[in-house]
Amino acid sequence: MNLKRYQEVIIKPLIDENPIALQILGICSALAVTNSLTVTLVMCLALTVVVSFSNLFISIIRNHIPSSIRIIVQMTIIASLVIVVDEILKAYDYETSKKLSVFVGLIITNCIVMGRAEAFAMKEKPLLSFFDGLGNGLGYSLILISVAIIRELFGSGTLIGYEILPLVSNGGWYVGNNLLLLPPSSFIIIGLFIWAIRSIRPDQVEEPDFKIANHSSAPDLTKREINV
Amino acid sequence: MFEHYLSIFVTTVFIENIALSVFLGMCTFIAISKKIDAAFGLGIAVIVVCLITVPLNNILYNYVIRDGALGTWLGPSFSDVSLQFVGLISYIGVIAAVVQILEMFLDKFVPALYNALGVFLPLITVNCAILGASLFMVEKDLMFGESVVYGLGAGFGWALAIVILAGIREKLKYSDIPEGLQGLGATFIIVGLMSFGFMSFGGISL
Repeated sequence: MNLKRYQEVIIKPLIDENPIALQILGICSALAVTNSLTVTLVMCLALTVVVSFSNLFISIIRNHIPSSIRIIVQMTIIASLVIVVDEILKAYDYETSKKLSVFVGLIITNCIVMGRAEAFAMKEKPLLSFFDGLGNGLGYSLILISVAIIRELFGSGTLIGYEILPLVSNGGWYVGNNLLLLPPSSFIIIGLFIWAIRSIRPDQVEEPDFKIANHSSAPDLTKREINV
Repeated sequence: MFEHYLSIFVTTVFIENIALSVFLGMCTFIAISKKIDAAFGLGIAVIVVCLITVPLNNILYNYVIRDGALGTWLGPSFSDVSLQFVGLISYIGVIAAVVQILEMFLDKFVPALYNALGVFLPLITVNCAILGASLFMVEKDLMFGESVVYGLGAGFGWALAIVILAGIREKLKYSDIPEGLQGLGATFIIVGLMSFGFMSFGGISL
């Protein structure tokens, strides 16, 4: 029970071990839902809730799960949580739920949830696992929200529906960048984020498979053996 | 009839490519695309699993889960039963079961293929492309025949995309990329560009 460990599991996934930028987990949903900030916030909330509670529940029963069927058990817990989230969303925010369409359901197969359950919750105590889930959910949210802010602000000049940069079509001065409204742009934005994070934290840089050799220097003619 | 199926196939492979237009299965897509051989093996596994699970989930949806579906064969007293809320858990259950059975079947009867697929088969359970294909099948409300073609198309499109990406990444190894961008960063940007490329198929009308 030391506070430092709790602090560590929450802070670390934000930048140092970010689930999207370093561990390549949970990218699938990161791309399709980020064109408006409202939808992104709902998605992040849903994922954070699911990953925290699935970690908590799996950790509570971790000593009773036979390892041969653990994937199915984990799946069942995760799927039940996702169904609860999905039903709540349908009941209270039907509009956003329609926009997210299949992506709420796809939280089941989001690798962050599965990955944290497998790598952390199966080994650690319940409360610590809960906070680990929370930290990873926040790390995911951090990237998603940043991408969504860039895409919505520069793509359509609004944030959560409020006009920030008045568009030319509405009599303002800003010409919206339609490229950012297209889904593939989020790949490029995330790619640049990774570049930024790795410039700050050079230890995350991957070793290249090949290095370009230096230019070979000109042969030193003075040392050439002369066969007489 | 044939033209209808062909148009579903072409639409799923190119216009609504499951990897590059709806971005499913991205985690494995990026993690296992360093070598063409591995990418090819995983692609084949995804095609097979999609081809089996999507029609199975279609049967499950049409005869059990859809509103009032139970009423058609269990008698009218069941006709106002809706099992929509257990949809997600049943689809993932079917997928997990199929993958497990397929693994045992291949191990016993086609060991060569089993060894070639190796670790990829169990990984597929948590691949969002497979669950995504089933969920889109439900959302599009496809008939059984259409769902077979849709499953094949979804798997094929994903396999095509990962093999292309692996090809590009193999060539990319020899290029001089800024340090922080090496590996993951560059891959993301390439996938983004590929995805823009695939958007150009959006103009095709069938």
